[in-house]
Amino acid sequence: MHIMEGFLPHPWWEIWYIISIVIVSYGIYRISKVTKEIPEAKPLLALMGAFIFVLSALKLPSVTGSCSHPTGSGLSAVIFGPAITSVLSMIVLLFQALLLAHGGLTTLGANTFSMGIIGPLVAYGIWIISKKVQLQSSAGVFFAVAFGDLFTYVTTSAQLALVFPTEAGFFDSFLKFSAIFAITQIPLAIGEGILAIFLFDFLAKYKGQLLAMMKVINLPITIHNQRRKNNEN
Amino acid sequence: MKTKHIVLIVVMLALFITPLIISPSAEFGGTDSAIEELISDQGYEPWFKPIWEPPSSEIESLLFAVQSAIGAVIIGYFIGFEKGKRAK
Repeated sequence: MHIMEGFLPHPWWEIWYIISIVIVSYGIYRISKVTKEIPEAKPLLALMGAFIFVLSALKLPSVTGSCSHPTGSGLSAVIFGPAITSVLSMIVLLFQALLLAHGGLTTLGANTFSMGIIGPLVAYGIWIISKKVQLQSSAGVFFAVAFGDLFTYVTTSAQLALVFPTEAGFFDSFLKFSAIFAITQIPLAIGEGILAIFLFDFLAKYKGQLLAMMKVINLPITIHNQRRKNNEN
Repeated sequence: MKTKHIVLIVVMLALFITPLIISPSAEFGGTDSAIEELISDQGYEPWFKPIWEPPSSEIESLLFAVQSAIGAVIIGYFIGFEKGKRAK
């Protein structure tokens, strides 16, 4: 669930817009660079956009007795990094703001920041660490995506708490917002993590070389060459 | 499909069916409306209204369904295409 239209007063909505536009611009540059270097990555880009599209349309029930939806941006962050993901997220958020009155145009910057930048940044960070410690890829994807999802809503809570602190201050307000947003999100984040494993396993099996070329996974060179030979035969 | 994947599907289903079973009387409203209420209680008035709103919840659910359908078509096409290529 995103920050609703009109719920961020001046100067907050401008601040988030400025930050997001900088990152999104860099993301657009990254997209043109990556697709020029590795043209085969283009369908993958569409796939990641589609994944965000599906997941952010699914309102799911949670143990708190309310509904929220996953973000889908974590898997894209694992594969393309946070900058490119911010572009994809902004497109989806724009669609929802214009056609669904979900989120909003004035809050587009703030929502892009939480769902397209901080969430993906957390996901990407966890993925990098999981590779360093040589965690199994399924586990790495799961933790990256689940925490990316969760931190999107932690960020949203913080953004709202900055604007609407209670009398006890920012932190008290932050706890109130995250009690609604983040707690509801926990089972959804787990679900999103699981779903991401499916798509990632498929990609690793069928697009392993491409992922290795994009430095998402490390394929031992021998296997790399063997696969190529098999393909040629 | 590996055993791992079957187990994961079951876990995922359980994750989203359990809430419906353990709290049958809950409203399952959106968290955004809960937040909206919390902020409105502080006396805040949103300064900007959505420029267009789906006229009914039916139309809204239609648009959400269209959104996920568009995404699902692309994902399905990609998976089918790659599997078909490998099968040749």
